[in-house]
Amino acid sequence: MAAAALGEVQQRSVEGHARWVRFSHWILAASVLTLAVSGFVILMAHPRLYWGAVGNDLTPALFELPISRNYMHGGWAAPVTFFPGANPVVSEARTYDIFNENSWARSLHFLAAWFLVVTALSYIAAGLIGGHLGHHLIPRFRELSPRLLWQDVVTHLHLPMPRASGGPPYGPLQKLAYFVVVFLALPLIVVTGLTMSPAVTAAYPVLLDVFGGSQSARTIHFFAFAALVLFLVVHVAMVVLTGFKRQMRAMILGDRHEQR
Amino acid sequence: MNKDRLVFSRRQLVTGLASTSGLLLAGCSSKELPPTYGNVLRMGDLLTYRAFRMLLPAQSLVREYAHRDISSSPAVGNTNPADSQQETFNADRGPLYDRLRAGDFADWRLRVEGRVARPASFSLADLKRMPARRQITKHTCEEGWSAIAEWTGVPLRTVLEAAGILSSARFVNYYAYDDIAEGIDMLDAIHPQTILAYGMNGRHLPLAHGAPLRMRVETQLGYKSVKFLERIVVTDEFDDLGKIGSLQNGWAWYVGI
Repeated sequence: MAAAALGEVQQRSVEGHARWVRFSHWILAASVLTLAVSGFVILMAHPRLYWGAVGNDLTPALFELPISRNYMHGGWAAPVTFFPGANPVVSEARTYDIFNENSWARSLHFLAAWFLVVTALSYIAAGLIGGHLGHHLIPRFRELSPRLLWQDVVTHLHLPMPRASGGPPYGPLQKLAYFVVVFLALPLIVVTGLTMSPAVTAAYPVLLDVFGGSQSARTIHFFAFAALVLFLVVHVAMVVLTGFKRQMRAMILGDRHEQR
Repeated sequence: MNKDRLVFSRRQLVTGLASTSGLLLAGCSSKELPPTYGNVLRMGDLLTYRAFRMLLPAQSLVREYAHRDISSSPAVGNTNPADSQQETFNADRGPLYDRLRAGDFADWRLRVEGRVARPASFSLADLKRMPARRQITKHTCEEGWSAIAEWTGVPLRTVLEAAGILSSARFVNYYAYDDIAEGIDMLDAIHPQTILAYGMNGRHLPLAHGAPLRMRVETQLGYKSVKFLERIVVTDEFDDLGKIGSLQNGWAWYVGI
């Protein structure tokens, strides 16, 4: 039954990618790469992550990343105490010259974010109306049965991988991965990004409650970024392993390889 | 029926396109918007500014916290305008600041000039006589950290009205004793939580946090909340504030995000 379903999938693998899908794909790819690089540069300025409403060099971090010279940097003047106690409220003046390239990195991040948001929203709208998302990306319940998923895992673990057609229909794991990226990871990373904005949270303070504070949102934003990078690595690896040339042709030119 | 729908949707499309281009173009002349200098990053900043002003409800208040939420606060950037080692040290105003500080800021004055009917100078005592606002708010630094503190001061709007701000005024620019200047539009300037703060966590504003007076623009990132204020200049047209403003140093002018 399952083997028949997969066989059927391979038989019909001649669709290629529609023009609007290819167009959206490459704008999104460029946006995500730009956001990842500029976001990493922004994180280098303050490579400490926190949980809650606030966090800074004078409060405990959830964890710190050794990704710039700012990692656990010293260079603080003697503390001034506002309120003594078990958890004193203090101020310290920073004397250390930190790494900070946020002038261009922040503006580039938001420029790429505009491209991402506008393209993703158009893609989702067109994909829902035209049926692309419903037919090709949103997994059906029966596809999520443990047996089918396991079979798909086994298929993915056997080298060499079967050559793909360069387009839908997709297997259950592939659908699941695209579904999670389009409907969970990307919306989450955009909304947690907005939760770091003082202007946006003034208008919609509920965002602060949903994520447990703007520093929690920053930490979730970071993990969503890590998840997207992981997806990107696997995505590119799969393109290479399933016939790089044909897959790239399908996403750039959209040609129907089997029919040529 | 179908034809009607087609006409209707075409009209919608035209309306939609017009309002989208309005995000960048309509309504304001170039003298009333931050310049892009043809730089694509500044174009993105301008889009963000226009979109925030168009899409977000005006004058929403930022969240105010309880006293127990107050956190420790790092002091970064310039922490003493009289220190010649600091990057933004000014050779004229630095020593002047030192003398004012030695006199407990008794001779310190905040000048308010530009597009106001009655240009004025306010002493610290003058400002403290005005109705005060106390707010416990979150300071968000562009670097990525944040801190909650209690700020006491006079709403900027009160001071602008005391100087008789003119109806044509569109921007409020403010200059520090070091080589730092910033500006905000009138929407942020008259925001109830935009205050000129002389108190922090129940005491006088400490030196490293901008004594004797700093701006608090709670709806934007920390670098708009300039420390060590010297004067306020109200303008009708956009002023990029030259080499001491954020724009010519490569930083976005509007940082609501």
